[in-house]
Amino acid sequence: MKEILTLDKVGLIYHSPVGETQAVKNMSFSVAEGEFVAMIGPSGCGKSTVLNMIAGLIKPSEGKIKLNGEEVSSAAGKFGYMLQRDELFPWRTIRKNVTLPLEIKRIKNKENEDYAFGLLKKYGLKEFADHYPDQLSGGMRQRVALIRTLAAKPDLLLLDEPFSALDYQTRLSVCEDVFRIIREENKTSVLVTHDISEAVSVADRVILLSSRPAAVRKEYTVDFDKDLSPLKRREDPRFRDWFELLWRDLNDENER
Amino acid sequence: MKTKDEFSREHLLYLKRRRNDKIFVNCARVALIIIFLALWELFYRLGAIDGFIFSAPSKIFKSLVNLTKTGELFKHAGITLFETVAGFAIATSIGTLVALALWWNDRLRRILDPYVVVLNSLPKIALGPVIIIWFGSGTKSIVVMTILITVIVTTITMLSGFTATDKNKIFLLKSLGAKKPQILTKLVIPSSLPTFISMLKINIGLSWIGSIMGEYLVSRAGLGYLIVYGGQVFKLDLVYAATLTLCLLATGMYALVSLIEKITVGKKQTS
Repeated sequence: MKEILTLDKVGLIYHSPVGETQAVKNMSFSVAEGEFVAMIGPSGCGKSTVLNMIAGLIKPSEGKIKLNGEEVSSAAGKFGYMLQRDELFPWRTIRKNVTLPLEIKRIKNKENEDYAFGLLKKYGLKEFADHYPDQLSGGMRQRVALIRTLAAKPDLLLLDEPFSALDYQTRLSVCEDVFRIIREENKTSVLVTHDISEAVSVADRVILLSSRPAAVRKEYTVDFDKDLSPLKRREDPRFRDWFELLWRDLNDENER
Repeated sequence: MKTKDEFSREHLLYLKRRRNDKIFVNCARVALIIIFLALWELFYRLGAIDGFIFSAPSKIFKSLVNLTKTGELFKHAGITLFETVAGFAIATSIGTLVALALWWNDRLRRILDPYVVVLNSLPKIALGPVIIIWFGSGTKSIVVMTILITVIVTTITMLSGFTATDKNKIFLLKSLGAKKPQILTKLVIPSSLPTFISMLKINIGLSWIGSIMGEYLVSRAGLGYLIVYGGQVFKLDLVYAATLTLCLLATGMYALVSLIEKITVGKKQTS
């Protein structure tokens, strides 16, 4: 399969008045087209920092990050970023929220707008198009946030703990929806999470990061059927085995 | 939700209690001012208070009627209103623009920070003599005084509004490739709208302080002038008449901003 994203010996040093910190060291991995990769690691190891580097928002101190063979330099627009909170703008309607990326990237035209509205319709949010975000439930808002992310047709989705602000029940169902949407739209995704079961339930591959400085400790190819939904995976007997394996390895990493 | 004709007896009682409560509050409000004015007038008529020093509602009313007849009231009120509105508009614009510049350029903000602090704590009235020498003893000086009193607070309020913009939303825009002008127009300005409205409300009060204080210092016309003049010649009814007009004008201006708030901010920006 074609590799869409590659990190090659990436390192990052943080500077602050009191000193410098090696946040990321010698990190290499790649993501194939259509793949769903989850990154887990000890808390504070810099998982989000890695995403920010991939998105070109932080420049790595060493190494190269390439998207489609081109080195990422700035947020040139091939990424869709989904954050912990939906970050919908309260003064914009849902319709105006999902077309925000088109405005920012100056690609707002009939075709792209129709694509975004089509997504709203496809995923059951059409009747809320003219509502304001605070009229929607948390789960619906997060789905709108995903559609906003998809509106500019990104090559790569970066998901930074996108479900962690939701309550457990909603988290499972939104995770289910997001997984389905990402599969149906055939998007490549990198998910950062601290929730092992979430990682196992959505990812094709899980990357375990070491504690600071962050590097790739281990990779696991999760051998579920690609189209098995997160909830179905949770019911699968192998789910437990994966969970326990990752749990143990993550604990070892925490104790280092 | 149930419609009106399905309401339970209990709910109807609840609605009635609510309505009665509202009526009581409104009546009490009106009664309070009527009783106050009536007692004032009564004590004056009975000779319990000296009308020369304390004036009386009837005297104030007569004075207001006289001032209206001669057209003096409109002249003075008009002058003060002009000074206030001009100072308000100029100070609000300058203050907001300066705040924008300081938001845009963080280094500039850090350089100017101590100056802003000093200017903010300085009692602007202390600059009165300098202003008079520079701008003469007329409307110009008063407008300048109004601007000075209002502009720093505007800058500080708006800057804190701009910098309080949600960091995560800025991050989101940056991840979409947004540059500073887009962050400003798509996010910072719309999200600062509530701050802007509350700043307008503060500024109304400050502008009136500025214009009246300016008129106390230098003027030959205006409501502030009427008040000072009335005090000097012991025409207390004139002082009260001018103060009352001032109250009405200030309240009117405040109501206008509240209306603007309702239209622009509306319901949608509750979160």
